[in-house]
Amino acid sequence: MTQKELVFRIGGAAGDGSASTAESFAKVCTRSGLYAFTYTSYQSVIRGGHSWVQVRASEEPVLSQGESPQVVIALNQPTVDIHGPQVRERGAVIYDSETVKLDGIRLAEGVRSIGFPLARVAREYGNNALMKNTVALGAAVRLFDMDMRHVESAFRTIWGDKKEEVVQANVKAAMAGHKYVEEHGGSLGLGLRYSDHARLLLTGNQAICLGALAAGCKFLAQYPMTPASSIMHWMADHAPQYGVVVKQVEDELAAINMAIGAGFAGVRAMTATSGGGFSLMVEGLGQGGMVEAPVVAVLVSRTGPSTGLPTKTEQGDLNLALGAGQGDWPRAILAPRNTDECFRLAAEAFNLAEVYQTPVILMSDLYLSEGYRTVDGFDFNVPIIRGLLAQDGGEAEGRYLRYKITESGVSPRALPGQKGFEHIAGSDEHDEKGELISDVLAGIPEYVEVRKRMMEKRMRKLDGLRRDTKGPELWGPQDADLTLISWGSTQGPLREAVLNLQETEGLSVNSLEFSYLFPFHAEETRAVLARAKRTLAVEGNFTGQFSRLLTAETGIRPDRFLGKYDGEPFAPSEIEAKIREVLA
Amino acid sequence: MSDGRTIELQEYKSEIKPTWCPGCGDFAVLNGLQRALQTLQIKPWTVTIVSGIGCSSNIPHFLSSYGFHSIHGRSIPVASGIKLANPELTVIAAGGDGDGYGIGAGHFLHAMRRNLDITYIVMNNQIYGLTTGQASPTSEREMKTKSTPEGVIENPINPISLALAAGATYVARGFSGDAKTLGDLFAKGIRHKGFALVDVLSPCVTYNKQNTYDWFRQRVYSLEKEGHDPSDFHAAMRRATEWPNLDQTRDRIGIGVFYERTDIPTYEELEPVLRKGPLVKQPLGLANPEELLEEFR
Repeated sequence: MTQKELVFRIGGAAGDGSASTAESFAKVCTRSGLYAFTYTSYQSVIRGGHSWVQVRASEEPVLSQGESPQVVIALNQPTVDIHGPQVRERGAVIYDSETVKLDGIRLAEGVRSIGFPLARVAREYGNNALMKNTVALGAAVRLFDMDMRHVESAFRTIWGDKKEEVVQANVKAAMAGHKYVEEHGGSLGLGLRYSDHARLLLTGNQAICLGALAAGCKFLAQYPMTPASSIMHWMADHAPQYGVVVKQVEDELAAINMAIGAGFAGVRAMTATSGGGFSLMVEGLGQGGMVEAPVVAVLVSRTGPSTGLPTKTEQGDLNLALGAGQGDWPRAILAPRNTDECFRLAAEAFNLAEVYQTPVILMSDLYLSEGYRTVDGFDFNVPIIRGLLAQDGGEAEGRYLRYKITESGVSPRALPGQKGFEHIAGSDEHDEKGELISDVLAGIPEYVEVRKRMMEKRMRKLDGLRRDTKGPELWGPQDADLTLISWGSTQGPLREAVLNLQETEGLSVNSLEFSYLFPFHAEETRAVLARAKRTLAVEGNFTGQFSRLLTAETGIRPDRFLGKYDGEPFAPSEIEAKIREVLA
Repeated sequence: MSDGRTIELQEYKSEIKPTWCPGCGDFAVLNGLQRALQTLQIKPWTVTIVSGIGCSSNIPHFLSSYGFHSIHGRSIPVASGIKLANPELTVIAAGGDGDGYGIGAGHFLHAMRRNLDITYIVMNNQIYGLTTGQASPTSEREMKTKSTPEGVIENPINPISLALAAGATYVARGFSGDAKTLGDLFAKGIRHKGFALVDVLSPCVTYNKQNTYDWFRQRVYSLEKEGHDPSDFHAAMRRATEWPNLDQTRDRIGIGVFYERTDIPTYEELEPVLRKGPLVKQPLGLANPEELLEEFR
């Protein structure tokens, strides 16, 4: 990106408060009229280790976490050792001169070392150990020429009006850091233009929660698992006010089955987990498909296999979502490409689940779910489409058929409590009434035919799901020399790479991006790829799980593949290097 | 009844004929449950019965109410989701000993401490019937089954003492050979505000040749007739461990209510969101999204 940007990094041990300080900083950026983007690198420990957060902000929407920082706040020695040498020329390192030494660290040319007793200064304003971070934050705010008003108002949204003394103490601490930089060289002079146009700053998981509330979600059952837990945290925090029952349960088996029970009873219900928990949910999900119960299952991926890297990202669970459950059952799989889509697709998932009376899987990953991003806003005018319901009030005309065979595969749904529509939701194969045909009737020619018809009825829902969802988006020039193929959260770094290469090297690259993964839109995909000169699939996994799906559905194999499975998100530079190699 | 009419027993029966083996203990459970619902005059369409997998889990099909024939071991979470979505429904979970005390044991424990107002009926035949006769979590020591040809070498689960320890607020045991008591235990369990366990000794006439009707008849006794006080937790625990236990004593098996507490609030009562009424009746969507966005500015 050639537009002006700032890149800020703060590091320390777990428990040092890097994450909350970075969030405050991202809020200050947002309140200063910038778009912010955060990426947190942390470890599965509560204390110790080394964790750091990068905040990148710009006047234009930010597409990735960016690369080297201009300013590093080092809360401990390892931060200086690891990140000091990465600071850009004429940048700055802020550190506590009483605990951190800069000796022997190779800094780039003109990097200012701003060492002063952060903790000692902080003690003048309060006893909280994390106050030293606030002093450093104030110093960074001065380096970037931002307005202290935004620091104060950001603190106020964090601590609320109730804790005015906390807000004031922190403002004073930040002022002290600000003043120190003022007296020791002033700003870095990056020349960013600020404004008072504050947008919204939130994580992908929070955007999913907002989308769920907008769509009328009333029930969440979940078991804690990184990086999906913050969905439960946010929902639990807002549950009483917005009328959502949030249930932390004993395991993911309970989570999916409770959500299905609630969905069956007529409530918009969801569950959320990561790959490990999702593995436990697969039988329950298949049950949802069989009994035709609506439910939304959010799968926020982290690095697998098995326990993997719990605090790292990956797009490695697509096969799991595609293959979840024994036998064939109709499902939709949606994968938001960015924070805006987290909101929109979450809301849409509830409609699809109820209209088609089947589980919908919403796939995200750690990169998207935990990073803060500035967005312009959300359209809360979300239509709520509940699908076919059996008529209430009167009794059913004749015998009610819960699983009536229809052209769309969708049968009018009745909810427990409705008189005259009593029926059984059966996980065994059943007839139109819901009566099982799995024991004494199985194999009798008439019921062989019933089984076949019931299976076809359910699977016909895929046609409707395909019709109601969108094909891939072709972004960039129509007749590019190379077409990238991607899905979900890879969008940002990939677009940034394309823009960079177009601007600096004049390369012509476009990108075919999928948010609706299943049912697959084969026709549109084939039409686009038939025109593509060369293709490169970019995915955050080892085997190219989406590429294989694409080949299976279209018969087209991407020419080249760039996979990533080291736990880190794609950096635009990695994608650029691969594009150069392919086009060379 | 809203129209003042008495609901007849027949109205709780479905058109489907049970597929259980002649003599199966589950017939008495079905009849007892239908009688209990009729005694309490609960409208069939306000009842949802949720089962898992196994011979006994076919029970929803034989009732005229709403039903959910779920997957193996998951009747309790499905039932819990239904109850939380609509606490106005009478929710009954039902299944076998393998379903509830084996594959679903985790849910069983947590449902009890949660104290949702659900009645859980376990048709305990101490064997896996539908899979043709393997040992179950309640099979007794030395019992020979297809999976334990040399005899079971594990100790059986004691569902009654387990339920007491886990904080269940209504714990009872019935016997399919005593239909009268069985119906009463179900009615009391359904009326009980909170989680009610009714473990039913429901003999499998095909695969369990050891724990037969006769075997039980020689051992069962009425807790009530012996003056057991269901409010006395320690007395309940003493009676519960008469059978099964580590010493393999098998001479006295109590039938009736072991324990009941009526002063413990249910989960639904403690969940603030449900004070506004059932979730299923709440309006959907956000009235004022702007106020929700304040924290993100």
